[in-house]
Amino acid sequence: MPKKLNIFDHVLVPKHILLSKEEAKKVLRELHVNPWDLPWMRASDPAARALGAKPGDLIKIIRKSPTAGEAVIYRYVVPG
Amino acid sequence: MMLLGGMFKKIRAIEFGVLNPDMIRKMSVTAIITADTYDEDGMPIRSGLMDRRLGTIEPGVRCETCGNPVGLCPGHFGHIELARPVIHVEFVKVIHQLLRATCRVCGRLLIPESELERYRERMERYRKRWKALSLKLAEVILKKALDVSECPHCHARQYKVKLEKPTTFYEEREEGPVRLLPTEIRERLERIPDEDLRLIGIDPEKARPEWFVLTVLPVPPVTVRPSITLESGVRSEDDLTHKLVDIIRINERLRENIEAGAPQPIIEDLWELLQYHITTYFDNEVPGIPPARHRSGRPLRTLAQRLKGKEGRFRGSLSGKRVDFSARTVISPDPNLSINEVGVPVDIAKILTVPERVTEWNLEEMKALVINGPFVYPGANYVIRPDGRRIDLRFPKDRTAIAEALRPGYIVERHLRDGDIVLFNRQPSLHRMSMMAHKVRVLPYKTFRLNLLVCPPYNADFDGDEMNLHVPQSEEARAEARILMLVQEQILSPRYGGPIMGALHDYITAAYLLTSKNVLLDREKASQILIAGGYRGDLPKPAIIKPKELWTGKQVFSAFLFPGLDYTSRASICLKCSECLKERCPVDAYVVVRNGQLLAGVIDKASIGAERTESLLHKIVKVYGTDKARIFMDSCFKALLYLLDRHGFTMGLDSLDLPEEALEQIKSVFSKAEKRVRELLDAYHSGKLESQPGKTLEETLELRLIEVLADARDEAGRIASKYLGLDNEAVIMTQTGARGNIVNVTQMSACLGQQHLRGERIHRGYSQRPLSHFKPNDLGIRARGFVFSSFKRGLTPTEFFFHAMTGREGLVDTAVRTSQSGYMQRRLINALQDVHVEYDETVRNAENVIVQFRYGEDGVDPAKSYHGRPVIIDYIINEVVRRRHEQGKG
Repeated sequence: MPKKLNIFDHVLVPKHILLSKEEAKKVLRELHVNPWDLPWMRASDPAARALGAKPGDLIKIIRKSPTAGEAVIYRYVVPG
Repeated sequence: MMLLGGMFKKIRAIEFGVLNPDMIRKMSVTAIITADTYDEDGMPIRSGLMDRRLGTIEPGVRCETCGNPVGLCPGHFGHIELARPVIHVEFVKVIHQLLRATCRVCGRLLIPESELERYRERMERYRKRWKALSLKLAEVILKKALDVSECPHCHARQYKVKLEKPTTFYEEREEGPVRLLPTEIRERLERIPDEDLRLIGIDPEKARPEWFVLTVLPVPPVTVRPSITLESGVRSEDDLTHKLVDIIRINERLRENIEAGAPQPIIEDLWELLQYHITTYFDNEVPGIPPARHRSGRPLRTLAQRLKGKEGRFRGSLSGKRVDFSARTVISPDPNLSINEVGVPVDIAKILTVPERVTEWNLEEMKALVINGPFVYPGANYVIRPDGRRIDLRFPKDRTAIAEALRPGYIVERHLRDGDIVLFNRQPSLHRMSMMAHKVRVLPYKTFRLNLLVCPPYNADFDGDEMNLHVPQSEEARAEARILMLVQEQILSPRYGGPIMGALHDYITAAYLLTSKNVLLDREKASQILIAGGYRGDLPKPAIIKPKELWTGKQVFSAFLFPGLDYTSRASICLKCSECLKERCPVDAYVVVRNGQLLAGVIDKASIGAERTESLLHKIVKVYGTDKARIFMDSCFKALLYLLDRHGFTMGLDSLDLPEEALEQIKSVFSKAEKRVRELLDAYHSGKLESQPGKTLEETLELRLIEVLADARDEAGRIASKYLGLDNEAVIMTQTGARGNIVNVTQMSACLGQQHLRGERIHRGYSQRPLSHFKPNDLGIRARGFVFSSFKRGLTPTEFFFHAMTGREGLVDTAVRTSQSGYMQRRLINALQDVHVEYDETVRNAENVIVQFRYGEDGVDPAKSYHGRPVIIDYIINEVVRRRHEQGKG
């Protein structure tokens, strides 16, 4: 059987972290937003699938930024 | 609104729906049945289009419905009962889709019940949490139901429904196309069940599809379509009223014919006509039908035309309101003004006013202004008493009485005067620097005057440009304008984080002339320059004492710099040698400022130019603040202009003279190039030329030829500028960055080079040749648009023609580009207008949806950082080291 590809090993894929319910709540409180006011991400997105994210989850992404070095962003997982 | 006890409500949402017939009847005050408007006495006819119950437009007449006079009556709707239903043009697309997606017999969506059930569940789930997704799903469901040939519910055969623009529907049955009458369409739409509508994104509570087919037409109040009485006493009706008259007339005829039992074709013709009138009543620019016209032949301006386009309600009346307290006139330059100032003509200052509250401290001053009145310059136009009464100072003969009555608490609308804050603007307002606050200087003559340094932010020149001026009327507005919008606060552009204002053209030339090596000034000259810039300190110690006291230009320039200023960089004239000799630079291009003294290097565009980042000017703004930067720009730049006035600076034909030797060299460069071209052509003809990968042989040849010719032109340019040198006026301007570039000088003195059309050599025109002066298929350089002559020597006729061709292409390109980029800008701004940075540094849109979690990911405002960097590290280190050093000494 061929070895399953881990997309997070690829250089161009930034770090994705699936947030727990409590962590997600904290993030939303800090940003003063409803979850649907965040940028969306489909549950069928390869990264979301790899993490096993369900619609309604929050994913934290840490990626490289030309201005800030490292930038933290969030995605709200929606069905699809 | 304050009259209602200060009550106010907040609009949280606006919902759009479709009016249903019952609603139209309920909100109507009367049915309109006669097409006539007024009787012989000029009285409105009851149940006519100008019925008194529809509102009032005549002053002094109270509305019969609400009892209010003109300004207060909002107007009331009436209605027309249509003899036959008619399709609403704005809904034909939706009607078409609905007819295709539903069964012609049972009215259900053309999707099996099992699937519908699944969709219903998904829709319910989405509706709660993902509003936008539910709309997407609706689109998918609708698409699935379109053009199914058999109803999965009642198994009835379905036909294709064709729409013939604008409002006719046909069903393509086996026996041929059959027209669907609006009655039939309405019946089909009525059959669609509510739950099926919800699946395709229609809320049946707010918009049942059968309401898209009109059975009753609302008649807008007379306030929407006022009639006007001309001086001759002739009444003229609004376009909408004319259209409604047509509708009623045809409607009545249709009704009479139906009641009289007229034959079907006649009824259908009238029905069609009614459809036409109602369609044009909504939109008179529907494609496929002739627009309804006025008696004079002018197309009528009906509902859609009132809203659409540049002069429509949205762009013209709501976004583009006209304002008071504004002025517009031609602009002209005045280098003696501060960059913060704007020169305002006296005539304008006498019309624009500022409301000033009378206090016991300004009472006498205000009295004097009131006595002067509206026609003598420092005067006033109105006095507002504490009870709100406005006294017009134009009419009373004796204003002293009014002046004597002034008490603290009165408001005087006095003329604009020196120091007032105004907003100044030039269209197109593409960025925030297109509208800045200036301080007024009232001046004679008829133009607005502005300092040349503010030309780049406004993108203004003086070839007839006009600008607008607005006078803020409240203390808050003035404070806000002064603190946020004043010109000096806008020196740094948020676009690239550098100064957008700075030296241009003559200022740069002058700075170079002043600061270049070997400039020595005697006491008189040095003092004159310093005084011109408003310098009030002592003369620095002269650089040369004997035989005569002499100052260097660099010393004079340094007098305008601030102590403690350190700056090192390369000037614009830098030759970019592979190894920099730093302070020993042969052309003095290495600029060094230590503790506010210009020690080495010349000052040119790279140091004080507009739109240059990390320049001397940039550093001054960043380190010393906008106030000091303004002072520097006002003083130093004025001194530079004075210097140039005295020095004189002219470029003439002789500036482009090349010595015989240079011409020889250029000639040999060209003959070499010509030889190389012949070689390439020979190789091509004999088949020895090898094509580059991905290119044909012809393309390769063209590419190689262009390369050779470009090299030759560049080489000629290099020779020319070598012989002209930095004491040549043309070269000074190009090298310092004041104006023009090397190519311009080359083209004038040496050779124009290859002319391009769409990025290629010129090869179109006659068959196989661009002009009839050449042999067919001549691929040589002359025949393909290479110009050997220079502008100074003059062009041959063929060369001239080639040059005209490229010149025309350039003109066309700029014309096309400006219109295209303008439209793109409009669309971008429409899409991005409400994106903003919140206090928590997140970027959000109007719905509070997050676009970026931190502005630019680092939260840095480019205009408040040093070219993107939040801190100037090397400057801070230098500063700390120097202070330590000074402490050690002291």
